[in-house]
Amino acid sequence: MAAEARVSDFGGKAHVALNDPKLRANFRRAMDGLMAKRAAQFDDPAEWTALRARGAAIRARALARLPDLLERLEANLTRNGITVHWAETPAEANAAVLGILRQAGAKRVIKGKSMVTEEIHLNAHLEANGITAVESDLGEYIIQLAGQAPSHIVMPCIHMNKVEIAELFADKIEGQTYTEDVDELCAAARKALRDRFADADAGISGVNFAVAETGTLVLIENEGNGRLSTTLPPLHIAVTGIEKVVERLDDVAPLLSLLPRSATGQIITTYVNMISSPRKAGEKDGPRQVHLVLLDNGRSRVYADVQLADTLRCIRCAACMNHCPVYTRVGGHTYTFTYPGPIGKILTPQLEGLDCAGDQPHASSLCGACAEVCPVQIPIPDLLARLRTEAVRPASPAVRGGGSGRSLADTLGWAGWTAMYSSPRLYGLSSRMMGLFGNLIPAWMPMLKQWTRVRTKPRFAGKSLHQIARERGFSND
Amino acid sequence: MPASGRPHTVYFFGTCLIDMFYPEAGLAGMELLKREGLKVVFPQKQTCCGQPARNNGHQDEARAVARLQLDAFPGDWPIVVPSGSCAGMMKVHYPELFENDPDHARAVAFSERVFELTEFLVDVLGVRLVDRGRPVTVTWHPSCHSQREAGVVEQPKALLRQLANVTLVENPREKECCGFGGTFSVKQPEISAAMVADKVASIEATGASQVVSGDCGCLMNITGAAAKSRKAFTGTHIAEFLLERCHGR
Repeated sequence: MAAEARVSDFGGKAHVALNDPKLRANFRRAMDGLMAKRAAQFDDPAEWTALRARGAAIRARALARLPDLLERLEANLTRNGITVHWAETPAEANAAVLGILRQAGAKRVIKGKSMVTEEIHLNAHLEANGITAVESDLGEYIIQLAGQAPSHIVMPCIHMNKVEIAELFADKIEGQTYTEDVDELCAAARKALRDRFADADAGISGVNFAVAETGTLVLIENEGNGRLSTTLPPLHIAVTGIEKVVERLDDVAPLLSLLPRSATGQIITTYVNMISSPRKAGEKDGPRQVHLVLLDNGRSRVYADVQLADTLRCIRCAACMNHCPVYTRVGGHTYTFTYPGPIGKILTPQLEGLDCAGDQPHASSLCGACAEVCPVQIPIPDLLARLRTEAVRPASPAVRGGGSGRSLADTLGWAGWTAMYSSPRLYGLSSRMMGLFGNLIPAWMPMLKQWTRVRTKPRFAGKSLHQIARERGFSND
Repeated sequence: MPASGRPHTVYFFGTCLIDMFYPEAGLAGMELLKREGLKVVFPQKQTCCGQPARNNGHQDEARAVARLQLDAFPGDWPIVVPSGSCAGMMKVHYPELFENDPDHARAVAFSERVFELTEFLVDVLGVRLVDRGRPVTVTWHPSCHSQREAGVVEQPKALLRQLANVTLVENPREKECCGFGGTFSVKQPEISAAMVADKVASIEATGASQVVSGDCGCLMNITGAAAKSRKAFTGTHIAEFLLERCHGR
């Protein structure tokens, strides 16, 4: 798969994005709107604090019992008539989906929105094997037409504005004349998709929560396309990561409150689908077969580390990226891999390896805006710092590609820094020298060069606070 | 701290950035404490909180530097820090930095004695300031670690609002990072540049003649970018600003 060959180039892609005023305006406007909507939902700090603590506890409890819950989930799904497939790698997941489709003789697939199928590049795999998969979520449909990847995990085409979509539709949808009228554009997509729904042999979807206790797949959406994709065709295949399991049906309600409010500022989504079985005898609709493909793809390794396992609490609401000052300015495609924003910066290096995506944990000022809004309290800045540590730790076993960020210059640089700041004598001497000569350092020196491109050169003070405190008689002890 | 809640002596941790670049801000912080009748102790052994190494993944190096600070502040007096970022590092990250280390208990006790300057002035001392300065309009810039790690949000604004001739205008984008982030500013220089340009524009749009902040890292970034693009506003550390107002300068 193409996925394995990819390497993150955050700085290079950020350079392109930062110099694209239209892209920056699109993201800024969209993220401002999303932040305002979320803030309006959580205007009661006490309710927010209590609810997110509950959400975090539910996810933490599910992860603490993950192996057991996955077994219970499989048993209960099987009892309900849903077939479970385990996939360790994207290749295994793709093969499982293809196998099910082939067995059913399915050629045409309609898809509901699913980030895990983006992660495994399912559409490309199906296409290569003679099966057409059409995205039915409006945003996904738009980027599929454009031949692009999602730039946001909830709103995949958020990087595009109305005019760009109008141009795309006129170009790609047969018989479509150019219009910027949003209702007309939606109608055009609806019309094109309706036929695809009608002739689909199978529907493929993601999963928001898989309930172990009851064997229920919970799927939320706003367009009704998710319900159509999972009920209209005779075959439904759901694909999700192993971490999406929750223990009890009772656990779903708080998460269903946190997720849409954090994501789009909605009290609840228009559709909440709870799938418990294929069509039963005597029932008039619903798919005849339902399958669930459970993907690992490195998640077990994330799970094995007690601190990094918090990454798996994520419920994919995207609040972290909506509030991220870096994401807002560079957009989702800068992150190269499937998951952008703060959650991507901690998840991608763990799934793909620090040797492929080691620059991502560093593409953050550690401002903490993400952790502040995370509905399940993932300590994202701490995990970014942890991944930075794994990147420079010799022979780190915790994360794939650990230690790949080590360099002689980095090691020596920090050794020098440590020598200076852990010795009061050496520090005193250095700060005195800097006070005397520091301002003579030319602006073209490394670091100072980067700094002074948009800022004036900082000026060393003639006397340090240490000196001033001594002279003014401040006590030393 | 004595049971009464008001100590007679405090330690002052100047921070490495203030030490070398903004000593007048550190001195103002010490003067503000002194004029409240406190004895201010400035241990000459102090250097840096260790945050740069910690944030770059060099835990051992950060711990070595942090351990020197544990040694430099041996008494049980409060440690007042004129930076939300360094205070956040020492409050929040010292205990985890010394996990499974013989000095863990000492690090925890240290972290519990750390106060950001405005937090200490408001919550512990309950200072009342008398404004002797001329009318001025300012806006506040909170550092990310001040608001999100040290938990200092309202205290600096409460102090600014005590000043009769100071008009505090809110920046609608106040909470957004200025793009400093320590080494982030040179490791991702273009993203940092975009962030500080937006921050500068948002401050300019408030119409304030000064931006006041409790963190010199942010100030170095914001005022550096403002000066380079020839903006009219200046930046001041809150300690210096408060002291100048009280002296009528």
